[in-house]
Amino acid sequence: MTCCCECSKEKALDKLMRLEPEKTSELTAFIDGLPLVAGDVETNRGFLVETLHRAQGIFGYLPVEVQQVVSERLGLTRSEIYGVISFYSYFTDKPIGRYKINVCLGTACFVKGASKIVDELKAKLGVNEGETTADQKFFLGALRCVGSCSLAPVVMVNNRVYGNVTPDMVDQILADCQD
Amino acid sequence: MRINSLEALKDYKSRLCSVSSGKTSVLMSLGTCGLAAGGAKVADAIRAELDKGLSGKYEAVSVGCMGLCYCEPTIELRDETGRSAIYGHVTPEQIPAILAAGLDGEAAGATKVKRTWYYPEEEENKDGVLQARIALRNTGRIDPEKIDDYLKYDGYQALGKVLKTMAPEAVSKEILDAMLRGRGGAGFPTGKKWQFAAAQPKGQKYMICNADEGDPGAFMDRAVLEGDPHSVLEAMAIGAYAIGADKGIIYIRAEYPLAIERLQKAIKQAREMGFLGKGIFGTSFDFDIELKYGAGAFVCGEETALIHSIEGKRGEPTFKPPFPAIQGLWKKPTVVNNVETYANVAAIIRKGAAWFKSVGTPGSPGTKVFALAGKINCVGLVEVPMGTTLRDIIFGLGGGILNNRGFKAVQTGGPSGGCITTKNLDTPIDYETLKSIGSMMGSGGMIVMDEDNCMVNIARFFLDFTCDESCGKCTPCRIGNRRLYEMLTDICRGKGTEETLKELRTLSNVIKDTALCGLGQTSPNPVLSTLDNFFEEYEAHVKEKRCPAGVCTALLKFTINDNCIGCGLCAKNCPTGAISGKIKSKHVIDQDKCIKCGVCQQKCKFKAIDKK
Amino acid sequence: MINLKINNTPVSVPEGSTILEAAEKLGLKIPTLCHIKWDSFNTEHRCGSCRICVVEVTGRPNLAPSCCTPVAEGMDVHTNTNRAIRARRTMLELLLSNHPKDCLVCSKNQECELQKLASAFNIHHIKYEGAQSEFPVDENGAAIRRDMSKCIMCRRCETACNVVQTVGVLSGVNRGFNAVVAPENFAQLTDTACTFCGQCVQACPVGALTEIGYKDEVWEHLNNPKKTVIVQTAPAVRVAIGEEFGFQAGEISTGKLVAALRRIGFAKVFDTDWSADLTIMEEGTELLERIKSGENLPLLTSCCPGWVNFLEHQFPDLLHMPSTAKSPQQMFGAIAKSYYAEKTGIDPSNLIVVSIMPCLAKKYEASRPEFAHNGVRDVDYVLSTRELASMIKEAGIVFDRLPDEQYDSPLGESTGAAVIFGASGGVLEAALRTAAAWLEGDKDSPIDFVAVRGLEGIKEATVTIAGIELKAAVASGLGNVRKLLERIQRGEAQYHAIEIMACPGGCINGGGQPYNHGNTAILEARKDALYRADKGLPIRKSHLNPSIIKIYDEYLGKPNSEKAHKLLHTHYYAK
Ligand SMILES: Cc1cc2nc3c(=O)[nH]c(=O)nc-3n(C[C@H](O)[C@H](O)[C@H](O)COP(=O)(O)O)c2cc1C
Ligand code: SF4
Ligand code: SF4
Ligand code: SF4
Ligand code: SF4
Ligand code: SF4
Ligand code: SF4
Ligand code: SF4
Ligand code: SF4
Ligand code: FES
Ligand code: FES
Ligand code: FES
Repeated sequence: MTCCCECSKEKALDKLMRLEPEKTSELTAFIDGLPLVAGDVETNRGFLVETLHRAQGIFGYLPVEVQQVVSERLGLTRSEIYGVISFYSYFTDKPIGRYKINVCLGTACFVKGASKIVDELKAKLGVNEGETTADQKFFLGALRCVGSCSLAPVVMVNNRVYGNVTPDMVDQILADCQD
Repeated sequence: MRINSLEALKDYKSRLCSVSSGKTSVLMSLGTCGLAAGGAKVADAIRAELDKGLSGKYEAVSVGCMGLCYCEPTIELRDETGRSAIYGHVTPEQIPAILAAGLDGEAAGATKVKRTWYYPEEEENKDGVLQARIALRNTGRIDPEKIDDYLKYDGYQALGKVLKTMAPEAVSKEILDAMLRGRGGAGFPTGKKWQFAAAQPKGQKYMICNADEGDPGAFMDRAVLEGDPHSVLEAMAIGAYAIGADKGIIYIRAEYPLAIERLQKAIKQAREMGFLGKGIFGTSFDFDIELKYGAGAFVCGEETALIHSIEGKRGEPTFKPPFPAIQGLWKKPTVVNNVETYANVAAIIRKGAAWFKSVGTPGSPGTKVFALAGKINCVGLVEVPMGTTLRDIIFGLGGGILNNRGFKAVQTGGPSGGCITTKNLDTPIDYETLKSIGSMMGSGGMIVMDEDNCMVNIARFFLDFTCDESCGKCTPCRIGNRRLYEMLTDICRGKGTEETLKELRTLSNVIKDTALCGLGQTSPNPVLSTLDNFFEEYEAHVKEKRCPAGVCTALLKFTINDNCIGCGLCAKNCPTGAISGKIKSKHVIDQDKCIKCGVCQQKCKFKAIDKK
Repeated sequence: MINLKINNTPVSVPEGSTILEAAEKLGLKIPTLCHIKWDSFNTEHRCGSCRICVVEVTGRPNLAPSCCTPVAEGMDVHTNTNRAIRARRTMLELLLSNHPKDCLVCSKNQECELQKLASAFNIHHIKYEGAQSEFPVDENGAAIRRDMSKCIMCRRCETACNVVQTVGVLSGVNRGFNAVVAPENFAQLTDTACTFCGQCVQACPVGALTEIGYKDEVWEHLNNPKKTVIVQTAPAVRVAIGEEFGFQAGEISTGKLVAALRRIGFAKVFDTDWSADLTIMEEGTELLERIKSGENLPLLTSCCPGWVNFLEHQFPDLLHMPSTAKSPQQMFGAIAKSYYAEKTGIDPSNLIVVSIMPCLAKKYEASRPEFAHNGVRDVDYVLSTRELASMIKEAGIVFDRLPDEQYDSPLGESTGAAVIFGASGGVLEAALRTAAAWLEGDKDSPIDFVAVRGLEGIKEATVTIAGIELKAAVASGLGNVRKLLERIQRGEAQYHAIEIMACPGGCINGGGQPYNHGNTAILEARKDALYRADKGLPIRKSHLNPSIIKIYDEYLGKPNSEKAHKLLHTHYYAK
């Protein structure tokens, strides 16, 4: 039966392919490599978290189309996938800045004054925790202990760790972020 | 090469040990924090130096955490007879001198650090040595990426022993007799857990390692995984044999990339040598391990939440019973144990339950690893026999309080635990005593606080953490903790009343009584224990609107004292223009305009501005 | 059996029972909020989230949630100690502290389980103050309104949507204080695979999930002298509306319903039962044709718009299987705006058709573009049973003192076959009655097909009519529907006809019916009432309805004629 409504809407995979062909192929290749069992939702769900990890690694975040593709390939509902994404603080469905500045707010860092660093960064960047600057350069976030408590307070910029940070060091940390 | 018998393994080990290179090892501590402190540059310098002609004398070995995190980068020189010298705060520039000095000489400018531990498996308790290493027996001593290093220290012999000489029931029994208790927090007897799972009908079962270590300020598990991954793999295989599982899963937080990498390597090596996979040690026992990653949720350390997370669901805990040992992953019997718990298993199997019970206290045998952090001089990992006092840990091993400030409290058990004060510093600690003094063992984080820490603010910090990390499923934790947090915020802002203090306690008790999982059941502990131990501090906030530690900004008052010479620097820097005064005469602060940013105090060169 | 003591009274219950069940056996009602159990469907939602049901168990350090704590031998339970009651009260106070407390202007007012508990606990001041979660209200569609600031995270809607209906558009999202239930990316329901079955609305204890209401618009038209407002009432409404006025569940209030509608001011009070009979004519003819040709079997019924939505979203490969007959509601609308308008000389744009439905999906159905011509909808407004009850109250009509009145003619005449449309199995039974009569003659053909009655999710029957062995099945509740359709997709099951209803048990359990709070005894009573109504009617086969015979003679010609097709049939789209 043909259709008269607008369900000729572009399929998520096609749209993603059109926008980001390489990234999309990487994602589908990854999913195709998973030992999924057709029709076995329980088993396939067990691969959801690692698929999302991978997808976020590829795309930087998890836009709706990516969620849709994962949903189709794994046979899971979109709502449950979003339920999972929004549960884990590691996942995000919003694009985030190129430099992810994460201040450790674990106990060791907190007792050594990490909140002062956060305040300083907020003031310097003009954003709140969990936000990205308008130029998409910096994302300001918080982490709970990266296990480097001996260097508390700790700030992580992408994968670089700054230890024994003081508010005075913030300018330098930002200056280190050169594209 | 595959090892198919215990004899072959012992042979292999003695061959490894008999090849003597005659070289002195240079152990380079390259765990996450060693690397963050600049360990890689030190390692480069060492390798460069060896290339320049010292390679006949020295051999560079990367190892995991030595526990001396406060003085990273750290290196240890050790010869084959066990003579050793440890240097801390090492810089690349010091390397030539250190290597030139060797074990006997003194390298000018370099800092020597004393080793303070012994190995109960190998040595008798040395008087006055506080640390005893069982779980950390190899950490900081072997190259975690080389299975041969692990085998040199009797690796996989315990697995060989159980597979070749023990019935599965005997394995659980040995662990039960040793009274090994879960190091993940609750202290449940591991042997009993294994027995429950073993008693379930044959079929698919799972052995899970909980490497989620979300408790901020705790990094024992990371150190084990980075420094001695095989000890965990071996123990999981032993447990799997005991309960009849053929599949193991390590659930590890994604924030530990180095540990993940080392585990992956270790698993691969163990498979190659036949310690994992099909027909282990030539028997019919099959067991393999895979890694599953967390994604940033503290509550996933709770075992039912962890299982849901592996199943690809939201990490919401569910009601127990059924317990995982009866109905766990994919509804099959599942044992969940902590990393450190596993790290003890092989030693117990090798040396026997009686030996293990000779260390520690009768109710809690063995050792416990603690992560010392906060306002303490020697931040790092220590492993002590159960029953050691806090004083020995903090002032003995920890080197006392940073900057010689006064000790105020130590928080054990993280966000689920409580504060312990001076009056309990001499309590020998184990699971029961910690509970009786209003805290708990938890995972082993110890955060030391000094007189500059405001205990109300600390309680508020922990509640902030719990609110952030609550899964949001049940009413008391989702809404109750938020209300606690708001009450504490009120108190810190000077809006609290005596009524608030009463309500804080009442609501805390109801939350403990009604919450669904361990997170909510323990989340009010920091509030209750600070209320019990530092009530006067709460009262000061509430009655006098004063923060004795000078932390709660809203309660502070900046004033100018008679030291003021009227230089005007403060007024120039005040962002709100709150300071006025004629040049060369005493300035004043308009309290209504002051936003308590503290800039003036930083700028004044004459200590003329008081903060109270 | 497990022996335990509750409040010092011994009680024995089967192993695996909960404390709550054991307490019920002793006649104790421990308050609950998140827990819900649908006995007739063997379904239980036991998430243990609200902690209202906590009790004290001797030897246990903390309180136990009675709804999910299994009993144990020798257990010593106390349900009403000060500690337990204060904890429950605190749970309520906490829930209220994060709640808008809009009772006076909440459509759940007087029906809300949270409000009832607050009243039972006599909470009259708000103890905790602080942040309240706020979410934008989704009232974008035609059927369901979601106001998540009222959500108490009982998660019942999730079980209804994901487990019972297997539609899966709802999930817990976020965590901590911001946790709430929502579709993917906080989408509006209209942008999801939601079927508008309304089972989540039936399940929600509070005013977070309700219907989109059209009372105001209807009142306005009723008071507009230029408009002629006529109304149709669905079969399942007559056995449920009485509950809103204190009648026992299962009382038949057809006569009072008609009287009330007339007093509200509807120009004509008609019956969807009439178009249900019409549906049987069309669908029955289609069935016989397909059986004769042996093609495109089984025939799936198509009168439930919730099911049609489910089909369009989830089984696009089966779009050819359902009957192309419109639902009775839409057949009524089409005939009203053509035949009836022509007959009475009313301009269709001044004729307002209102339906009273047990159903929220019908609200959506009436808004589908294919059911409108030049901007004029066949059915203008759809009100739920609950909304009608409220209109009656609003108008000051004393329901129980109304006389019993009759539907108007001609679109108000109907048969027993039509009234059972309201229960799962009824449509199939009605179709079988007519098919049998057409093949065997009216004199001896059977009327009662008892095998397809009842609330079970999937029912099967083989009947022999005129020597043909007909295999039929009935599924209600979309989870059961899915199971059955998957068997068909895999070629494991062969049927001639299948009746499908989205709501478990059929329209008696529709999303627009008076709230049943999980009490399925109410549904059983409504169902029995429908079959009683059927028994009491003089004509019980659709094709014998005189006004149906007449409309074919006068207007439509024969079932499945070209005209009938144009007015009474539709088609389906993959979504
Ligand atoms: C909120 C919460 C967080 C937890 N986090 C951890 C953790 O990070 N690591 C861990 O081993 N156990 C954690 N646990 C304890 C586990 O639920 C479980 O008891 C433990 O892994 C069992 O292992 P064990 O018997 O070897 O201690 C946590 C418990 C709760 C309630
Ligand atoms: S106590 Fe907190 S973390 Fe645990 S189930 Fe309840 S809401 Fe979730
Ligand atoms: S900076 Fe110090 S000395 Fe100078 S005016 Fe301010 S308070 Fe006085
Ligand atoms: S604390 Fe800040 S705002 Fe207040 S007087 Fe000093 S500089 Fe000005
Ligand atoms: S949901 Fe219930 S408690 Fe909330 S406003 Fe509506 S009636 Fe009142
Ligand atoms: S009775 Fe109370 S709640 Fe009700 S309308 Fe009157 S004042 Fe309002
Ligand atoms: S109306 Fe039905 S399909 Fe839609 S959300 Fe509710 S239960 Fe799910
Ligand atoms: S929307 Fe209603 S049914 Fe769903 S969780 Fe919230 S309160 Fe419960
Ligand atoms: S079963 Fe009835 S009430 Fe439910 S969606 Fe279908 S037509 Fe509506
Ligand atoms: S608390 Fe910041 S690194 Fe551990
Ligand atoms: S030396 Fe870094 S973690 Fe211990
Ligand atoms: S009714 Fe038992 S926890 Fe909600």
